Amino acid sequence: MPDPQPLLEVTDLAKSYALRGGFFDRTKGNVQAVDHVSFSIPRGQTFGLVGESGSGKTTTGRLIVRVIEPDTGQIVFRDEESGGIDLVKLSSRQIRPLRKKIQMIFQDPYSSLDPRMTVLRIVGEPLRATGNISRRATRERVAEVLEMVGLSDEYMNRYPHAFSGGQRQRIGIARALATQPSLIVADEAVSALDVSVQAQILNLLRDLQERFRLTYLFIAHDLGVVRYLCDRVAVMYSGRLVEIAEKPALYGNPKHPYTESLLAAAPRPEPEKLAIKPPYAGLALGPRTSAGGCAYFPRCPYRRDVCSREAPQLRKVADGHSVACHFDLTLTNANSSGTCGRENMQSKGSAVH
Amino acid sequence: MRSEGNTILDIQDLTIRFHMRQGLVTAVDGLELSLEEGRVLGVVGESGCGKSVMSRALIRIEAPGTIEKGHVRYVDRDGCEVAIEKLDPAGPAIRRIRWKEIAMIFQEPMASFGPQHTIGEQIAEAMELHGILCGRDRREAVVASLDSVRMPRPAETAEQYPYQLSGGMRQRAMIAMALSCRPRILIADEPTTALDVSTESQILDLLRERQMALGMSILYISHNLGVVAHIADDVAVMYLGRVVERAPVRVLFAAPKHPYTRALLRSLARVDRDIPGRLEVLSGGLPDPFLRPAGCVFHQRCPECISGLCDRVVPRWVRLGDGSAVACHLYGGDHA
Repeated sequence: MPDPQPLLEVTDLAKSYALRGGFFDRTKGNVQAVDHVSFSIPRGQTFGLVGESGSGKTTTGRLIVRVIEPDTGQIVFRDEESGGIDLVKLSSRQIRPLRKKIQMIFQDPYSSLDPRMTVLRIVGEPLRATGNISRRATRERVAEVLEMVGLSDEYMNRYPHAFSGGQRQRIGIARALATQPSLIVADEAVSALDVSVQAQILNLLRDLQERFRLTYLFIAHDLGVVRYLCDRVAVMYSGRLVEIAEKPALYGNPKHPYTESLLAAAPRPEPEKLAIKPPYAGLALGPRTSAGGCAYFPRCPYRRDVCSREAPQLRKVADGHSVACHFDLTLTNANSSGTCGRENMQSKGSAVH
Repeated sequence: MRSEGNTILDIQDLTIRFHMRQGLVTAVDGLELSLEEGRVLGVVGESGCGKSVMSRALIRIEAPGTIEKGHVRYVDRDGCEVAIEKLDPAGPAIRRIRWKEIAMIFQEPMASFGPQHTIGEQIAEAMELHGILCGRDRREAVVASLDSVRMPRPAETAEQYPYQLSGGMRQRAMIAMALSCRPRILIADEPTTALDVSTESQILDLLRERQMALGMSILYISHNLGVVAHIADDVAVMYLGRVVERAPVRVLFAAPKHPYTRALLRSLARVDRDIPGRLEVLSGGLPDPFLRPAGCVFHQRCPECISGLCDRVVPRWVRLGDGSAVACHLYGGDHA
């Protein structure tokens, strides 16, 4: 059973940026990068945040690790020691002891490691940054976490250039593990890796989760990787969560047209399966901005008049399944193989009104 | 490995090396591959397998690598054979082939476009250079070419600079430019890798549609098995500078033969099914580029390696009944 109190509870999180451009770099308006997003993650689970580039998923991750400041919202973090703290309310000084509880893994193993630092310094850095620790204790802890990620402690004095992409990603994971965090935000952690290396890193993330009861916020665009790793998934579009569900429901019975189009577009290694396609939801069909209406309106193949006027709110359609759409749509399930198929058929009947 | 049909491009024993300060790297090693007229051949492999180096050699932009041996035979419009490997990479002969006969698109469209001219000017220039534009209205031709790749508002786009377009639109513009000279072969090197999935699937559909309309051949290079399943008629799997398996797309995904292909397919996290437990993983990593393994290039990581054979003897091609061909000792008549 998951804890009654989730490890992370995000409520109404919002962040906007001034949009600049033109000859004098004037402010042309605001972009709502993260638009009142709410979700929670039980301890020991993996929460997937998917969406295309520009959807706001990376900004959401960065807000949670507090490298950027939200405009509004709450980020409540709760573990045994800290009984429910709103990270947004803390000053940068107050947050320091919590930094070691929340760590991040980045996408690009080539640019996220400082080439001038040895593995010892890279992995040991968060230890030094979050507390007083002796040189010897740092060395010991670094050796320990390197072993956890499957690297020999002999690598400690080498520089990042000596490692392959997969090994670098292991170094990045070791760095995140060094301070014994309870939450890890992984932003496209396996996207830059080759298939065979990707599988190794995904297995490693699973093993570490079991071993240390880690909680992951797994941000990715690859729906296959998310399906493998995550327990619950939220789909983000244009700064908003448009659908949020347990994994079997999201993949077996998607309710938002955007989720449907993402699932249909995801490349799959099955030449025979390619005939099934939902109504074409590709190019922007209408105006780019739809002030006041549904953000997906310009691309939505099922849109009606109301969609251009009113923004749909997230509403519950089943236990643990919410969708931000005005309609109860019966959608194409391009993934009807496997265990989800039958479930899908049954719930479809009740979903049509 | 030769196959039937109208071969338009045939590669035999191609070997490309890089002479580096630290030593010699053999990026492509005795590679054999052929492309049939009017078909899409997908070439899959992980980074470092030599797929990009191989494809660049086909239009002789392999430098700083050098073609050490082998043949690249192109059968031109008149049925004459051109030995591409013998051409001067900067000479007039290959320049007549580049773009007009064999065009190439890349992952990053800005590699094809300069930033300081509009999309329309650059497409027009490419067409003029290759003598496609003579007598026709420049503007009309450019708009028609952008329209053929389903560019929304083609006339407006022609007036825009590359930076003003989104990634997907830039990729469309690059395809328009590559196809503006009506090439017979399009080499596509990971053209959708930087794109979002929905944009990617549109670009794949577009390439397929243009390929059928123009009857051209595509050599599609990708690391993504799902993308290759989507676009290819035939698939070649590369590992460490060699093709290890080749098959019609359905056969490859339904009945992969080479242990490397099988391992790759099993290690995929898939969008269309749940995988309980751990993913199957290929053991080890790529060997040191300066120390190529003897025998089969895959033997050190192969779970079915036959010692004394696979680590000594380079496997020969074995053709199987289902249309596939595999370079693996497990399928050799005398050892099976």
